[in-house]
Amino acid sequence: MENIIICRCSDLSLKDIRDLIEDGYTTVEEIKRISRAGMGSCQGRTCSQLIMREIAKITGKNISEQKDSVTRPPTIGIKLKTIADGSEDND
Amino acid sequence: MIKAADVVIIGGGIIGCSIAYNLAKKGVKNIAVIEKDYLASGATGRCGAGVRQQWGTEMNCRLAMESIKFYENANEELKYDGDIEFKQGGYLIVSSTDKEYEQFSKNVKLQKSLGIDVEQISPQEAKEIVPYLNADIITSATFCPKDGHLNPFLATDAYAKAARRLGANIYTYTKVIGIKTSDSKITGVITDKGEIATNIVVNAAGGFSKIIGDMVSIDLPVYSERHQILVTEPVEPTQKPMVMSFSLNIYCQQTPHGSFIMGRGDDTEPRDLRRTSSWQFLDEMSKTVTKLLPPLGNLRVIRQWGGLYNITPDKQPILGSVKELDGFYVAIGFSGHGFMLAPITGLLLAENILGEKTTIDISMLDKDRFNRGELVLEPSVV
Repeated sequence: MENIIICRCSDLSLKDIRDLIEDGYTTVEEIKRISRAGMGSCQGRTCSQLIMREIAKITGKNISEQKDSVTRPPTIGIKLKTIADGSEDND
Repeated sequence: MIKAADVVIIGGGIIGCSIAYNLAKKGVKNIAVIEKDYLASGATGRCGAGVRQQWGTEMNCRLAMESIKFYENANEELKYDGDIEFKQGGYLIVSSTDKEYEQFSKNVKLQKSLGIDVEQISPQEAKEIVPYLNADIITSATFCPKDGHLNPFLATDAYAKAARRLGANIYTYTKVIGIKTSDSKITGVITDKGEIATNIVVNAAGGFSKIIGDMVSIDLPVYSERHQILVTEPVEPTQKPMVMSFSLNIYCQQTPHGSFIMGRGDDTEPRDLRRTSSWQFLDEMSKTVTKLLPPLGNLRVIRQWGGLYNITPDKQPILGSVKELDGFYVAIGFSGHGFMLAPITGLLLAENILGEKTTIDISMLDKDRFNRGELVLEPSVV
């Protein structure tokens, strides 16, 4: 389980996630904040689904009954200077 | 859920958890903390994570000094099984106008008189601390090497675990929907999961503190306002201190995992409870940060969010008992700096509730100071 990576951005293994759920962090939002899972460059696109599956397995709460973490802008990483330089005639 | 408690604390942010820990440490057994979402889900988990002693009022300086002293040893004191990641890289606060230069001179004089290790320095000296700072747009800076930052989620977790270990009950995903009173005394708290009989309630609800006041018909002199932050992709360590400017409206810090976080406020924000993200913030922040710290323009923004400042007329918190209602205590109105004042706040509230002499005299932080006209305005807030 230590060798199965769940969150690539923050380098968290399946064991890390299962240990957190066993410790009582049983929602995606709580796991995200305590471990940084889903806070990296991909913003949880892969790991949040996997974490919800693990929560379902351990707590018995189905994925459909769980709340996913809040999706926040921007949709994709963008350089600050690209935004700062942007203007209406910049096509 | 327990049926009766000695103290019910409303709000599972770092303020509520710190009060619970301090009460439990002093021997109070039946404590309940009620949190409507998860711990640190409100202002605590949304804050900029910095802690500074460089304030413009004596009270804020003293509260901050005590809190930083606590954070220096918090892992041991709270017997935390993790690490709250407290790093003292300093705060470099830059002035960009003559008026601000004068305010900083006054602030530094006050801070030094209280024993804070701080200096007012030239733009060139500031550049030695952060080499890529655009010194052309600043008139001076102040630097305190003992200011710093720590992880708000882990710090709250540390307090919550320590409080639980000492017997406190913490109920997450539980919402307070009413407070029972009788003859100007608190008698209980009604939640969506059941009722708890109690004679003492602490309002530590942060951005939502006014709603709790309304439940007992006490008009608290606070309002909430959205402030926003963004975070970049992580990179190698390059910036130790928080760089901050009141006039340029920015604070910017590199976190231990490498991401830069930066935030600002907006005077024209409506007074409401929105915590959504706006494109205007992203636009303004990109322009400000590329002007003040040009190389950061090469970093990608990966996320932005909003949180609530709970603001008082003088930008200092309201702490302690409320005379209209026996058993009602508040720790509210931190005006954007509750996270950094949480350690001393927890201690002061515990002392106040137990009728002990408080470590710092908080009589001037009562809610009625605004009626008396005894405001001491804090000038240094982003």
